[in-house]
Amino acid sequence: MTSISKSPWLLHYDGSSCNGCDIEVLACLTPIYDVERFGIINTGNPKHADIFLITGGINHQNKPVVEQIYKQMPKPKVVVAVGICACDGGIFKECYNILGGVDTTLPVDIFVPGCAARPEAIIDGVVKAIALLQEKRNAMKLEAKK
Amino acid sequence: MENIAFLIIFPFLAAFILAFMRRQTKLRSVFVFFSCAVVVTAVIYYAVTGLISNQTQSLLRETHELDIAMVIAEIGLMLLIVGYAVKYRKLLVAILSVAQTGLMLWLDFSGKNIVTSAPHILSDKLTIMMCLMIGIVGTLICVYAVGYMKEYHERHSTEFKDRSATFFALLFVFLGAMFGLVFSNNLMWMYFFWEITSLCSFVLIGYTRTEQAMTNAFRALWMNLLGGLAFAIAIVYCALELRTGDIRSFISLGNDTGVVLIPLALLAFAGLTKSAQLPFSRWLLGAMVAPTPTSALLHSATMVKAGVFLLLRLSPLFEGNLVGTMVTTIGGFTFFAASMLAISQSDGKKVLAYSTISNLGLITACAGVGMHEAVWAGILLMLFHGVSKSLMFLSVGAVENSLGSRDIEDMHGLIVKLPGLAFVMITGIAGMFLAPFGMLISKWAALKAFVDSNSMLLVIFLVFGSSTTLFYWTKWLGKLVAVVHHTHRYESKVKMSQWISLLIQAFLMIALCILFPLISTNLVEPFLSEMFHETLPPIISSGNMQIMLMMLFAIVILPIAVRFLTFGKKKKIVMSYMGGANAGDDRHFVDSFGEKSSVYFANWYMEDYFGEKKLLRPSILLSSATILVLMGIIIGGGL
Amino acid sequence: MTEAILIALYVVLGPVIGGFLSGVDRKLSARMQGRQGPPVWQSFYDVGKLFSKQVVVVNYVQDFLVGGFFIFVVFTGCLFFSGGDILLVFFALTLAAIFFMMSACSANSPYSSMGAQRELLQMMAYEPMVLIVAIGFYMSTGSFSVADIIKSDVSNILYLPGIFIGFIFILTIKMRKSPFDLSTSHHAHQEMVKGLTTEISGNILGFVEISHWYENVFLMGVVGLFIINSTWWSIIAAVAVCLLVYFLEVLIDMVFPRVKWELMLKATWLFTLVAGVLNLIVLSAIK
Repeated sequence: MTSISKSPWLLHYDGSSCNGCDIEVLACLTPIYDVERFGIINTGNPKHADIFLITGGINHQNKPVVEQIYKQMPKPKVVVAVGICACDGGIFKECYNILGGVDTTLPVDIFVPGCAARPEAIIDGVVKAIALLQEKRNAMKLEAKK
Repeated sequence: MENIAFLIIFPFLAAFILAFMRRQTKLRSVFVFFSCAVVVTAVIYYAVTGLISNQTQSLLRETHELDIAMVIAEIGLMLLIVGYAVKYRKLLVAILSVAQTGLMLWLDFSGKNIVTSAPHILSDKLTIMMCLMIGIVGTLICVYAVGYMKEYHERHSTEFKDRSATFFALLFVFLGAMFGLVFSNNLMWMYFFWEITSLCSFVLIGYTRTEQAMTNAFRALWMNLLGGLAFAIAIVYCALELRTGDIRSFISLGNDTGVVLIPLALLAFAGLTKSAQLPFSRWLLGAMVAPTPTSALLHSATMVKAGVFLLLRLSPLFEGNLVGTMVTTIGGFTFFAASMLAISQSDGKKVLAYSTISNLGLITACAGVGMHEAVWAGILLMLFHGVSKSLMFLSVGAVENSLGSRDIEDMHGLIVKLPGLAFVMITGIAGMFLAPFGMLISKWAALKAFVDSNSMLLVIFLVFGSSTTLFYWTKWLGKLVAVVHHTHRYESKVKMSQWISLLIQAFLMIALCILFPLISTNLVEPFLSEMFHETLPPIISSGNMQIMLMMLFAIVILPIAVRFLTFGKKKKIVMSYMGGANAGDDRHFVDSFGEKSSVYFANWYMEDYFGEKKLLRPSILLSSATILVLMGIIIGGGL
Repeated sequence: MTEAILIALYVVLGPVIGGFLSGVDRKLSARMQGRQGPPVWQSFYDVGKLFSKQVVVVNYVQDFLVGGFFIFVVFTGCLFFSGGDILLVFFALTLAAIFFMMSACSANSPYSSMGAQRELLQMMAYEPMVLIVAIGFYMSTGSFSVADIIKSDVSNILYLPGIFIGFIFILTIKMRKSPFDLSTSHHAHQEMVKGLTTEISGNILGFVEISHWYENVFLMGVVGLFIINSTWWSIIAAVAVCLLVYFLEVLIDMVFPRVKWELMLKATWLFTLVAGVLNLIVLSAIK
């Protein structure tokens, strides 16, 4: 049974976002888009999460925080960068405090560009992340068997 | 008969010798161990012969010489107390002591004492149980005290003078007095030993001679003396009006006619003060300044049990009358109020003190109901509480010696800092309120007894009191199991003798839980059948006993079972979640300036609702009013 | 022998029914909010996923303590459904809850500790009512044994209406539903991250979920106990009432916001006094 793809729990983190993408992420939970019908739950706890959804760029202050949260997530896990700021820094790329997108710190699996990224795009990205999660889970099982 | 006399006299002898062993020598420690061994052997011998012979003995009718000795001793006690009272200018204490001794002497010499023909000593199943508790738990505490006092004086070498010779002597005087008390049938003898225990308590509380200690010691003394005065008046009344001077005759008078009500009320009052029921609870709280063995021996396992022992003896007389109502109401109310107050305390010994008062309240309420089932519950509560509470006090004492603090907040993470002591403490706490341990069984029986006797007020007190009890014990438990990473193990300053005592007591507690059906059938049930002239079906069925044994077994093999059940997977340790700002040791986080900030979560004390400032004064007022009104009606009605 | 069969049924079917009910809960909540909601089998997918994750822990004792929680919840249910003593059943449940709370305390983390203290407060709030339920059954049937209670002539709810309502009140606390989901909550309603279960993950969290399913089935069993009597159709009535109560709990969850602990404690104790104690007093007068 492909359990992990039927119950992907997501952790939403706001890096240095303007909150535009965050509001779009939360809109996915509302009745219009309703991602809970796929079994997706927005949990605030990295230890319970499978998908790490980051909006906004990485700066000096949140770099260790993001790393720590990522470390506390149990495998298998995927990282989804939502919005162009999370992908490569967006319009804040030249700022003195921004290091860049999430890939300056963590291995990003899915990039969802947009400013703000639309709920349909976010859901599309998350669905791709779920498929990736299943692949990683299968790889983990093979590893364990060895 | 000889072994009873031996049990009473030997501890006094040992005390006399110990008083001369002024310095902390190996010889003194060995002598204490030796005396303890002698007492334990004597107690077990007495218990075994008592069980085999299976009869209640009433002994010792002719006591002329002993009575004279007792009179001399009583005068000596009074002079001692008045001496202290004058030195520290406490008038009330002096007045009370003179009043009660004066009454007793007047009765003795005026020739109105016509009750010399009744036996002075009573030995039945209840005395066997009390002796076992005093003898075994009491001596274990004395053994513990040897190691503890050494460490105590090392820590406080500049603050207090080392008077440990007096300390040990008094511990043994106290043991002797307790034996005398539980064996007494004659009321004057019981009163005499009662007074000795009050005096022991006074001197031991004031051991450190600090101002706070002396204030608390005198408070304990006047409250106990007040009870003693009530006792004395009751004895005089019984001698003059009822022509009885011993407990057996008193009980056989029965409560149909109501003639016993006045002395019964006075004796109940004495029991209530000795057992620190509201409004007389402050002395027990103040007694916590004494060194830990005192708190364990006097103020939880034995002396305060003297009060409820008297109430349990008198219980058939409590049924269906106003004195019984007074006793149950005060007991039930104390159970609930004290457990609420315990929630707001963070000092370990204060929590234990309130817990003791609370449990004594429950035993009092059981005795006051005056029916078979309730008294069964009361006796078992007394036994289990004696063992569990002394274990708790001794553990807290050991932790205080090792950590330097007895505050519960400082015991955070004890399972990492002092694992051995933490496990002992966890066992003790679990034994105080969790299924399937003894206290829970007794509480269960008490609940059933209250419902059966239609005492709705008691049911309410018990039901709400149980939940508050659950709260303060479990939060202590929570502090102990916190696994604090990157912390060092403390050096445990616990001596071998202390460990032996602690472990034996923990083992005893668990053994009691498993063996209690045996105790019930062989000791408690026969005693109750005799007292109530009826036999009742077992209150906790054998089916339930088996299930509880299963639970006990499950708890014990839990670690092994869990190991096998699931978690063969490799476990990765990660930091706890602090929003990603965990500084790495689970106790600090990185704040917005990039600095390390510490974070610590204390237990909840809810002082606005359960604090002493909020609850203590109303509780004392309510209980005082209850006693005054009810005693007034009883005495007024009787006269 | 029937006891062994009942126990086996509970152990095997309990999680199935519990998980299904939990999925129904989520579907119903979603529909009440105008959403589609997850499939009713979602809870099983969730637990399956949890068991497939890597195990991360914060210390080596928390899984042992959760194991204790799990074993004693199953023990409680087995004891209840095999007709045991109802007071002992509730004491065993208390023991289980304490294990759970201790696992949160052992984690030594801010959110866990807060959750643990709140959980303890919740326990203190509902404990009186739970004991009164047992006492109520004893007073109306003369026995503490569940096996005897189900053989009563009339449904005990006729004697225990106040206690029944009081029990529904604390069911909100026990099932961790708003307004009383202070210590930990169902997925969407978080306050202190996840409170008690913040530091628990992977298969250990899976065990916590399954324990909650067992516990819910047991609690529904207690609701049914009020209705069951010696007639055969009372069982159908009991199941219907259970489903109704479950629906009511979901509705209460959706309608009310979370309250502060002071309000929860005061409201619960007051309700216990009025509904529970009054019922007991009336019962002691008539019986």
